[in-house]
Amino acid sequence: MTDHAGTAGRAPAPPSFLSRLGQSRNALGLAFMLPAGVFLICFLAYPLGLGVWLGFTDARIGRTGQFIGLENYQFLWIDAVFWLSVFNTLLYTITASILKFGLGLWLALILNQHLPFKAFFRAIVLLPWVVPTVLSGIAFWWIYDSQFSIVSWSLIKLGVIDHYINFLGEANMARASVIAANVWRGIPFVAISLLAGLQTISPSLHEAATLDGATPWQRFRYVTLPMLSPIISVVMTFSVLFTFTDFQLIYVLTKGGPVNATHLMATLSFQRAIPGGQLGEGAAIAVAMIPFLLAAILFSFFGLQRRKWQQGGSD
Amino acid sequence: MSVNRRELLLGAAVGAAGLPLLGAMPSFAQTASSFTPEKGASLRVLRWAPFVKGDEDAWLANTKKFTEKTGVEVRIDKESWEDIRPKSAVAANMGAGPDMVWVWFDDAQQYPDKLVDVSALANKLGAAGGGWYPGLEGYAKRDGKFVAMPLAAIGNAICYRESHMKAAGFSEFPKDTKGFLELCKALKAKGTPAGFPHGKAVGDGNNYAHWLLWSHGGKTVDESGKVAINSPETLAAINYAKELYGTFIPGTESWLDINNNRAFLANQISLTANGVSLYYAAKNDPKLAEMAADIRTTNFPVGPVGQSIELHQTTSIATFKHTKFPQACMAYLEFMYQPEQMNAWLQGSSAYCCQPLKAYASNPIWTSDKNHAAYAKASETLRPNGYAGPLGYASAGVMADYVLVDMFAEAVTGAQTPENAIKRAEARINRYYRV
Repeated sequence: MTDHAGTAGRAPAPPSFLSRLGQSRNALGLAFMLPAGVFLICFLAYPLGLGVWLGFTDARIGRTGQFIGLENYQFLWIDAVFWLSVFNTLLYTITASILKFGLGLWLALILNQHLPFKAFFRAIVLLPWVVPTVLSGIAFWWIYDSQFSIVSWSLIKLGVIDHYINFLGEANMARASVIAANVWRGIPFVAISLLAGLQTISPSLHEAATLDGATPWQRFRYVTLPMLSPIISVVMTFSVLFTFTDFQLIYVLTKGGPVNATHLMATLSFQRAIPGGQLGEGAAIAVAMIPFLLAAILFSFFGLQRRKWQQGGSD
Repeated sequence: MSVNRRELLLGAAVGAAGLPLLGAMPSFAQTASSFTPEKGASLRVLRWAPFVKGDEDAWLANTKKFTEKTGVEVRIDKESWEDIRPKSAVAANMGAGPDMVWVWFDDAQQYPDKLVDVSALANKLGAAGGGWYPGLEGYAKRDGKFVAMPLAAIGNAICYRESHMKAAGFSEFPKDTKGFLELCKALKAKGTPAGFPHGKAVGDGNNYAHWLLWSHGGKTVDESGKVAINSPETLAAINYAKELYGTFIPGTESWLDINNNRAFLANQISLTANGVSLYYAAKNDPKLAEMAADIRTTNFPVGPVGQSIELHQTTSIATFKHTKFPQACMAYLEFMYQPEQMNAWLQGSSAYCCQPLKAYASNPIWTSDKNHAAYAKASETLRPNGYAGPLGYASAGVMADYVLVDMFAEAVTGAQTPENAIKRAEARINRYYRV
């Protein structure tokens, strides 16, 4: 700023290139964005680009690969295990996300009511989210254990069943079990975020609706939901992304078993790339996740954020 | 590399020239090195984190002796066993990092051109130690040259409860697969079933699956690397596995590496296969003293193929060409493989690590406990994975992708017919062997 005052005093001298640069809003803007830009390029764009590139090579761990074009993808195309993992991932993501949304919204609505010990309940709801995934994974591993499951044990003692439930041994049972564990873990994020959204809705809107004779359901459908939809779209985008790329829970519980019934694309990618050493193929599986992720993001941003929907209308 | 080829050869020649002289004093010759470490040499060795503390203590004590004797500092780094494979591969290909790594299975076969040829020393040690076990040698040798020094087999053996076996009407453990099936059936009838992991258990699951296949004469590929899984022998193995699976405790298809230990120690199963750690878990727990006294170990029964074959786990010491001190590396290896050090280390490992050289089969550790004997045979019964083909990326990939584990699990649970399970496994093996 002092420099600026100085040049203004000596009017006849044409401003130097540097000082003109210093005064240009665009150049300054660029300069201020530069650190963030460099950061993004180094830590986001470069790894992503490298991952995409690796998918087109036959790289092994530690050995740079040759460019082989689409060969990795051709191999994946005829690989039954890969397609099973795609199916598992979609099933896992869709089911878990719907459950998380439904239960999370329900929980948020309850917590938004005037409850005794409200602050305590709100704090305790966050617990599953706070516990590290690997720890909760191990806890669930014991809960689902084929010999020591507390669930099976209790049910047997109660006389409901007569043999231990094979939680992680049978394909569909294993899928349901890992989805349940993921839902348990993911609900707090959805619930607390939606609760924050609920609290931004002005009570006067509800009062006005009540005066107009709206039923509780109508107030929820035509006031709460439209007001909440921008938050819902952001929260569910994140929730879907977290679920789609889940790794730790599966790795602790089943490592993808039984017979790959719970292998997600993320776990298969790791298994092939690191223990298997096929870095190129692992990268190709990871890259194959990108279209699904993009679709999820686009759907939520262009779909859920439509003004018409938010204002309670339909197409 | 600071030492050029001529210096290296010279050093070896000087060492070799000195040897006959020392040979006159046999007791001394055992520890005398035929390699002269470079001046100011220091080494970095990367090993897997030990499973038993005695292994590490003994190895470090031996290393300390080496440092005292030669002045070469040796730093031993540890990594969890799963991280060894990627770290070692990166070290090999970046040409930097530790001088030596304790690699697993066929790691050394994946970058043989990056590893120091240790044939001269290996042949010498082999001749002095009664010869290498062929299985371990197979993992370490490529095109007739040792690209790594075989170190140990981590043995896997059947652990069972003797009283339960007797209660089931067997006075001694059956030697063949047929009798073994009968025993498992009888155990089930008595309510004390067996259990082997059909889930993604890296160690126990792979060992069990490979034993099933090999004991019936099946193989993933033939000698030329042609996929050969689709055979009557494989089908026989699967049918046998199905029958055996019928006698197991429910839920084995979800078992990971630790589940069989837990079930065994909690009295849920009375027969499984594991490393010696299972026995020690019982022995070191005062509450399980009764169980520990009842535990017996034995080798897997022999199948139609007529010989005892298992996968086990193998580790070798790879020396990288990027080391600045190849002579020091050789001197270190030679020192650690001398009987005094090797015996101390085997003893420290309390039957977890099985000797690479036949002469050490007489190590007192194997007779110090009746349950050690089965683990003493690990190196002898060991067969490299990817049998009968060459080792390399494909064999490593097939095992890391659990192809055999999945094949048996699919068939025994009835998710696929045995024929289909074989076809699916064949397609997956084909992918790795790029047919």
